[in-house]
Amino acid sequence: MNQQPFLRTFTAPAVLCAIAFLAAMAAVLQFSLRAYVPGSLEPGGFTLANFADLLKPLYSRVFLDTVWICALTAVSTLLVGYPLAYAMVRTKSAILKSILLVIVVTPLFLGEVVRTYSWIIVLGNNGFINSVLRDLGIIQQPIQFMFTTFGVVVALVHVTMPVMVVMLAAALSHIDPDYERAAESLGAGPVRTFLTVTLPLSMPGVVAGVTTAFAWTFSAFATPQLIGGGRVNMISNLVYQLGFASFNFPFAASLCVAGLALTFVVLSALRLAARPLEKIGPH
Amino acid sequence: MPQSAYQRALGFCGTLLVLLILGFLVLPAAVVAIAAFNDKAILSFPPQAWSWRWFAKAIAYEDFRAGFRNGLIVTAWSSAIALLVGASFAFVIDRYRFPFKRTLEAILLSPLVIPHFTVGLGFLILAAQIGLSRGFAVVVVCHVVLVLPFVLRSVYVSLRNLDQSYELAAASLGAPPGRVLLTVTLPLLLPGLVSGWLFAAILSFNEFTASLFVTSQRTQTLPVAMYNYVREFADPSMAALSVMYIVATAALIVFANAFLGLGKVLNIEQGH
Repeated sequence: MNQQPFLRTFTAPAVLCAIAFLAAMAAVLQFSLRAYVPGSLEPGGFTLANFADLLKPLYSRVFLDTVWICALTAVSTLLVGYPLAYAMVRTKSAILKSILLVIVVTPLFLGEVVRTYSWIIVLGNNGFINSVLRDLGIIQQPIQFMFTTFGVVVALVHVTMPVMVVMLAAALSHIDPDYERAAESLGAGPVRTFLTVTLPLSMPGVVAGVTTAFAWTFSAFATPQLIGGGRVNMISNLVYQLGFASFNFPFAASLCVAGLALTFVVLSALRLAARPLEKIGPH
Repeated sequence: MPQSAYQRALGFCGTLLVLLILGFLVLPAAVVAIAAFNDKAILSFPPQAWSWRWFAKAIAYEDFRAGFRNGLIVTAWSSAIALLVGASFAFVIDRYRFPFKRTLEAILLSPLVIPHFTVGLGFLILAAQIGLSRGFAVVVVCHVVLVLPFVLRSVYVSLRNLDQSYELAAASLGAPPGRVLLTVTLPLLLPGLVSGWLFAAILSFNEFTASLFVTSQRTQTLPVAMYNYVREFADPSMAALSVMYIVATAALIVFANAFLGLGKVLNIEQGH
């Protein structure tokens, strides 16, 4: 008798999907090694010139900016997301918990364009913040948020908040409240209990959240494109520009490959650095 | 337990901080709503007069209508295919042992960590190389690959929590494997299948970056149409459309939370 019925039927579609995906990734890899023929969509022969071009200051600058924006966003999201995750897990009221959860999770499904557009209205020179400050007589000239790294990071923090809060909440909800009660009964104040018990125990969530926030920010396109307005550029913007403005698909592909390698290196370094921290985690 | 003044002050500061953060999360949606109902084309706060006209304009705008139709076509196909592929593969991962199982799983989960612009560029180049025109097929395949990890995870979690004794009982009473699957396993899996499909559909309908690469003028989905609109025009039609988007998404999330328990799906219920 067949011990594993439907094995082939159930695996075949998954294999087809994997092949399609691998073929797409192979296409990127292959193009990254081909020469660019100006005015033609067909690439030339095999070359490493694309990767050599990446070292030009114009492009290496974008790489550094991207890593800087990702790091800034990941850390800011952690700082803003932690109190919210803590409140969500620790509140006693089930209704309050549901409300918090819906408010936190909804932006996750909204899509980048709607969220970015909303932030343009908030941050623009005639936007919400500047209008309110002007009407209150606090400022005469609008504060420049658009086309600045600050504006881009604010919008990106908003984008990565849901996933950070969800990951932190998952870690916090698995901490036994008895540990905290024990610390308190031994005379530790709330701040000390938090710093010496809760925070170390939630470290796995912190590491997972920061790593994911970093990777997500790296993938962002619409936010740096529309709020950065060409003055704040990330790798994603450069890839799009090279592909659709100058049709230099080989170079765009090499940027993708280098970007992947870079995220891989940064995230591995982060995991390695966090290993001693994770050992403190529960169980 | 009596609280000291210090603890109460600390609790007050904590509540205030959480309210401020919630304000940060809600601010853009609130501001967009104000802008959408503003009668004037130029943004001004607070608005002088209110109106519905930007909603009418957004609904009548041909690119948005086409984008909505295209989005529905792509979402319907990709979420259905992803559900079929993901659910059957989750079943196989949970139950069977076979060579390259982990490798296959890792490949199918990897779109989670690969930037969407890279996936989009990959499918664009691939389509060009095998001579496929930029029709719906490329967009659907690209979306299937991108949303598959979410379906896989959702169905896999429900399979793990499934009590296999029902299946054993059915089988021991003489039901053939196909019948067990259709009449016992599938009904028990329904919540996982529904939430996996819902995740896939919402994510596919909202997917933007990869879609920007693989869609053409003829197949552009709603987020791509919205992006092009924001680049060209500044009137509040986009705000009106955003409000409709936010309301629809929030309603879906409330629905999902009430019927499926988001806390359970996201693994953030208190306890062990």
